[in-house]
Amino acid sequence: MALTPFQVDGKPVQIDSDPQMPLLYALRDDLKLNNPKFGCGLAQCGACTVHIDGQAVRSCVMPVSAVKGKKVTTLAGLGTPEKPHPIQVAFLEEQVPQCGHCINGWVMTSAAFLKKNPKATDAEIKTALDGLKCRCGTHVSILRAIKRAQTLMA
Amino acid sequence: MTHQLNQDSARPTQLQEDKTEVVSGTSRRDFLSAAGALVVSVASGSLPTEAFAQAAGRAAAATGGAVGTTLATISAIKPALNAEELDSWVAIQADGSVVAYYGKVDLGQGLDVAIGQIVAEELDVSYRKVKIVMGNSATSLNQGGASSALGIQGGAKPLRNASAEARRILLNLASEKLNVPVANLSIFDGVISVKGNDAQKVSYAELIGGKYFNSKVEWNKRIGNPLDVKGVAKPKSQSEYKVVGLSLPRNDVAWKVYGTEGNIADVRVPGMLHARVIRTPVAGGLAEKVDESSIKHIKGARVVREKNFLAVVAEREWDAVKAAKELKVTWVASNKPFPEFEKLHEHIRQAPTRKRSEDIKNGDVASALKSAVKVVEAEYLWPFQSHASMGPASAVADVKADKITIWTGSQKPHYARDGVANLLKVPVETVEAIWVQGPGSYGRNDAGDAVLDAAMISKLVGQPVRVQGMRHDGTAWDPKAPASVHRARAAIDATGKVVAYDFTTRAFSRATIDSNESDPRDSLVGMELGLPPKGGITFGTPEESYAFDNKMLAWEVIPDLIASASPMRTSHMRDPVGLQIQFASEQFIDELAYATGEDPVAFRVKYAKAPRDIAVLKAAAEKSGWEPRGNAKRDRRGPILSGRGIAYAQRAGTIVAVVAEIEVNRKTGRIWGRKFTVAHDCGLIVNPQGLRYTIEGGLVQALSRTIFEEVQFAPDKVKSVDWNSYPILEINDTPEEIDIVLINRPEAPPTGAGEATCRVVPAAIANAFFDATGVRMRQAPLNPARVKSTLTSI
Repeated sequence: MALTPFQVDGKPVQIDSDPQMPLLYALRDDLKLNNPKFGCGLAQCGACTVHIDGQAVRSCVMPVSAVKGKKVTTLAGLGTPEKPHPIQVAFLEEQVPQCGHCINGWVMTSAAFLKKNPKATDAEIKTALDGLKCRCGTHVSILRAIKRAQTLMA
Repeated sequence: MTHQLNQDSARPTQLQEDKTEVVSGTSRRDFLSAAGALVVSVASGSLPTEAFAQAAGRAAAATGGAVGTTLATISAIKPALNAEELDSWVAIQADGSVVAYYGKVDLGQGLDVAIGQIVAEELDVSYRKVKIVMGNSATSLNQGGASSALGIQGGAKPLRNASAEARRILLNLASEKLNVPVANLSIFDGVISVKGNDAQKVSYAELIGGKYFNSKVEWNKRIGNPLDVKGVAKPKSQSEYKVVGLSLPRNDVAWKVYGTEGNIADVRVPGMLHARVIRTPVAGGLAEKVDESSIKHIKGARVVREKNFLAVVAEREWDAVKAAKELKVTWVASNKPFPEFEKLHEHIRQAPTRKRSEDIKNGDVASALKSAVKVVEAEYLWPFQSHASMGPASAVADVKADKITIWTGSQKPHYARDGVANLLKVPVETVEAIWVQGPGSYGRNDAGDAVLDAAMISKLVGQPVRVQGMRHDGTAWDPKAPASVHRARAAIDATGKVVAYDFTTRAFSRATIDSNESDPRDSLVGMELGLPPKGGITFGTPEESYAFDNKMLAWEVIPDLIASASPMRTSHMRDPVGLQIQFASEQFIDELAYATGEDPVAFRVKYAKAPRDIAVLKAAAEKSGWEPRGNAKRDRRGPILSGRGIAYAQRAGTIVAVVAEIEVNRKTGRIWGRKFTVAHDCGLIVNPQGLRYTIEGGLVQALSRTIFEEVQFAPDKVKSVDWNSYPILEINDTPEEIDIVLINRPEAPPTGAGEATCRVVPAAIANAFFDATGVRMRQAPLNPARVKSTLTSI
């Protein structure tokens, strides 16, 4: 067991756990946060994605001890209904999620990517999102939404 | 609960059947039979007209009955949940808003919006005033849950009728209050006013807001999908629709995008333990030895075991995960029950037939084949496929001595309630199922097992329990879509006419476990506790309107690989057996078009007999710019080959055709479904935009199943355990364009849209592959490895 202090959505937290416990379990089980979802536990789907110091990271394979002193942002910290992130606006306008279990991964990954590559081409966007899974088949809507977000962010 | 979920906060008041209530000097029972007799006496054929109903009501009132005298029966207390109670379907809130109780669930396709539109339409209130409460066993009746794309086709019926009946009663109440005949009243957004004098008015809220109709509807005595009720009122005709037909947005997108509410994975109850169920890594294996000391070092972790059902629990989730991983178990299996992976379809060909069913048998196929000038024959193969839901199932159960509560993402929550009651042998009334949206199930996925697992563990440990699967539970252990072999033969005469058509499927049953979990024999935990498996035997045949002089459509089912607790047990997966069958049948139709030198569209139009089918075929062809180009050899040089293909089918009243335009990379074997044109006829369209998204998602999911999905296995185990060993479509495979033609048929009742498109995608792609390469791919999935080996073998 070890204490790991870090920030989540701007608030300081401290987790007492097995240092090898993945960050996802600290967020979901200890901090009762909902948005990073368990999809595979193998970094194969992206449902657990959070930002660590602005980088999109799969929290299901990141040991909690590795985020000591870092800033973790979850979907709820990315934007709110009152102060939404453009990606969220675009995903809402395009009515993207169906079941919604994957959507955290697409929103968090594309938000981190577009921040650095606001004018990315379609091919670059697809490469950046490669590996994320969606079982409902909303991929066409996802790409529409990201194009829309690029316009909103321009 | 520490987490507030998207549920109706107003729980129904649990009441004993009210035996003392008296209406006009008549006991409630007499009132019921009087009302029932009236309805029955006029219900044969068509529903009674409003005028007739009012006259009948006056007559009944005069003789001491109660129909039409609804003022006297309004109640401040909600009658107990019962299909015959109007209040079990709709309620007018104190503020005049409407709550409707829907016994199915929406899985993210906007079904609740469509239902809300129908309720708003019948009740003459604006859509924004309607709230749909779905799927909870305490607040809604068992309408079968999500099932067979029947959400509108069947599930809207009782709500439509109940809403119309509520409107009728509200008009009668207003008539008495305003002392004006019903015929002189009009309604606008829940306010009833006198025609020509808008100032004389009364609102729904003033008439009944916060109280209950306490009125009966006629129930057809069915539960599940066919459950229906009728009132005296006749629902509106489609020509009067104002809200039905509008593209209204979904209710659940915002909370999903902002993460302001949780799904089933986020349900947490005080004092709950985290559990992981441990299932055999070798097929048919039993836990001979469990070394409990192997997890002693994990805080609070312990083994829960009952016969062959094995789980671990811990207070912290990570401890439960670790314990499940580190627990030492000796698994023993008596044999290797699966065939070699490469020999799956040979196994299907050779296995004994348990049952043969000839669903269509017109004329004499055998004789026609014998005397044919030309016989065309082909065989098509489909693999086992996994629901592989986006997250492995989770569920929470709180089993107390006198009351059980389950939180489930099962798409059939009422049946989950029944399953838990049957598993734990308690009266069903003591179990409440709370439905919470889960990872898209698209059939019977692992959610039904998870909720029964949670209930069993909660009972064994005496605490609330949350179960969540690991990835391998969702992929290796979910109920599978069955593998199949389809054999087709056709006879062509001297004029090029198809004179005989024989299509026979040989396959594993589509339902070795039922499509719902109400019987514990259909659950893994039930089988692990020793319940004998039920084992359904059924499959299906193509749905189309091709008229061939002699026609046989048949299926044959072979024995399951393991009788009990099999990771390869089958159940329904989106458009059950539709993809398998139509992959074969619609490819074979293309092969017949080729054999007779006809254009694939023209050939279908020539033999399809239903006018709506022909319209759909023509619409898809026209929108895609389809031009006949004959069988002449095409230039097929270059690294990328492109082709187009069409397929069409019916599904339970819905008709769909799709034209696929694909690119085949000769070098990598990659197929890219670049563009799809869909023509879709599901009768009356309730919400066009919702319909488009539903079609799009279904198409892309079917594209994934066509090109990528195949459960890998060895003789002793399932080898598809994650996304690497069970690949699905990636963002790079997304079509560039999906062009959808919606054919609205206001005169035809609405039919399903969640599944029909899925079944035409595989053959459209395979036909496009033939168009592109000149080679047939008769085995799915059409993955890069198989495409490469197919192209290099020619």
